[in-house]
Amino acid sequence: MSKVHDTLFRTLSDPTRRAIFERLCREGEKTVGALTAKAGVSQPVVSKHLGVLKQAGLVRGRHQGRETHYSAQLGALAPLIDWTSQMAGFWEAKFDKLEDLLKRMDQ
Amino acid sequence: MTAPVSETRSVVVEREFPHAADKLWRALTQPHLMQEWLMKNDFAPQVGHKFKLSGEWGGVLDCEVLEIEPKRTLSYTWDFVHAHAAYNLKSVVTFTLTPTATGTMLRMEQAGFRTDQKQAFGGAHAGWKQFFDKLDMLLTKEG
Repeated sequence: MSKVHDTLFRTLSDPTRRAIFERLCREGEKTVGALTAKAGVSQPVVSKHLGVLKQAGLVRGRHQGRETHYSAQLGALAPLIDWTSQMAGFWEAKFDKLEDLLKRMDQ
Repeated sequence: MTAPVSETRSVVVEREFPHAADKLWRALTQPHLMQEWLMKNDFAPQVGHKFKLSGEWGGVLDCEVLEIEPKRTLSYTWDFVHAHAAYNLKSVVTFTLTPTATGTMLRMEQAGFRTDQKQAFGGAHAGWKQFFDKLDMLLTKEG
């Protein structure tokens, strides 16, 4: 497994951290305070998780006034997408359609 | 996650069709027939011809004919440009036709090159579901 995969899996293996990341994906940008309100853990713990997510490139912080707004960086997940199996499925489906078409075509 | 990651991969799908190579070739190279099984297109069987494949999901693939050998080989680029690095794709699709005792073997090879982490995704309001739905749409809904 590549180092990039390793980092991503390790980062997302913690349930609390994953929940924070999923929430940012689902609901968009949030401050530490807003995230803490529903995380079930203290603010320093949330901050620590955000730090790890940032290290992995999964989260980005944007400073506004005295607050930092965190957002999910979906592009960082790209290495996890298994391109080959997705494309093989795509072409198998296309070949099915091609087979149907050939049956309908004149010789 | 600072260094860009590049990966080259290739997908091969093969199937034997109980039809003559000539017929299969028409399905692969005539725009109105290509549209029926592949995608809407403005394909023309000339090396260097640039065309687009338009997917039902709204995405457009940029293509250029690289090689044509009637009833044997057809090759074109298959590029998808997207602001989101995860969707960016540069690839070459090659169809090879081989006559068999009962029809024609069609081999499709897609050699892909994708650049990852070129630019972090700005905004990022999309959820997991939307993320995977899009991928699904891009890669399978067409089928």
